[in-house]
Amino acid sequence: MSMTLFWMIVGMGVVTYIPRLLPLIALQTENWPSWSKRMLSRVPYAVLGALIFPGILYIHDALWFGVVGGVVALVLSSIGAPLIIVVGGSITFLAIIQFIM
Amino acid sequence: MDALVDSYQSDVNWLKRGLASGIPIALGYMPVALTFGLISGATGLTVIEAVFMSMIVFAGAAQYMALSMIALGSTAVEIIFATFIVNFRHLLMSASIHEGAETSTLRKRVFYGFFLTDEVFAVASTSNRPIRSQYIIGVGLVAYSSWVCFTGVGYFAGAFLPEIIQESMAIALYALFIALLVPSVKTQGKVVIRLALLGAIFNAIFQVWLSTGWSIMAATITAVVMYEALEQWMKKEATS
Repeated sequence: MSMTLFWMIVGMGVVTYIPRLLPLIALQTENWPSWSKRMLSRVPYAVLGALIFPGILYIHDALWFGVVGGVVALVLSSIGAPLIIVVGGSITFLAIIQFIM
Repeated sequence: MDALVDSYQSDVNWLKRGLASGIPIALGYMPVALTFGLISGATGLTVIEAVFMSMIVFAGAAQYMALSMIALGSTAVEIIFATFIVNFRHLLMSASIHEGAETSTLRKRVFYGFFLTDEVFAVASTSNRPIRSQYIIGVGLVAYSSWVCFTGVGYFAGAFLPEIIQESMAIALYALFIALLVPSVKTQGKVVIRLALLGAIFNAIFQVWLSTGWSIMAATITAVVMYEALEQWMKKEATS
């Protein structure tokens, strides 16, 4: 491995790790006002929304592909299927559709 | 002594639960890592360099970006800076995990912090509060192993999956995100739907101007702040 590439990868690792680590070691949230704690606890749901949309539309050239997969996942998780079944089921369903078409 | 044994038992249990919850992420990472390995080869990296990058960086979007920048002849400093920009959003997720996590030793936090990708964050943060360190570590280890192993496999055999399966597997991470949201809707109601919708809408808007990483971060902050502001305003309206 060239030294430049080695140090580049190490550098990428460091700048990725710092934002992941910093709040865990530097933040003391105990005395923060309640609204800020409330907002932090809501971050996961807003992140999930942003992670799903609009990205799900672009997994394939055809927009409907992601939409159909999303609906399958929605139905499976609504009936209480475990995570792995939801993920595996969505993949399988899309594979079958593609195979038929 | 009994208390000590109990706490050890519960640590092991949470680790096991974490490992199990990590499997859907491992499945979702598989096609992404396979493709990363494949493209690494095409870009001129050796298999050691590709796997080393996955081991040290552990961030999908940034690694893909690095490949395209290498191909374009960018300098190392430019690539490191771009990586920082793309991954800065994890600051917000890490802060949110910190708020919901059990109190734990510095060593554990330093360890699980490394694993906080979008997906590990999403699975860990929707688990029962307080979030156990061992749980995050379990999820992280499985996700990380998949990422690193399939980078190596992809380097040599990226095209071994039939195209139909590869294309269908692209849904995996999105199905995972949906599967994480739905149970939260059931336990916490409309607040989850509203926040997710706000996050989604703002992300769609911001992506017109911003790169994906910044857009997700900006959308999250806007959604959370706007929700809080609306809630306070409605409370005021109701009391006045």
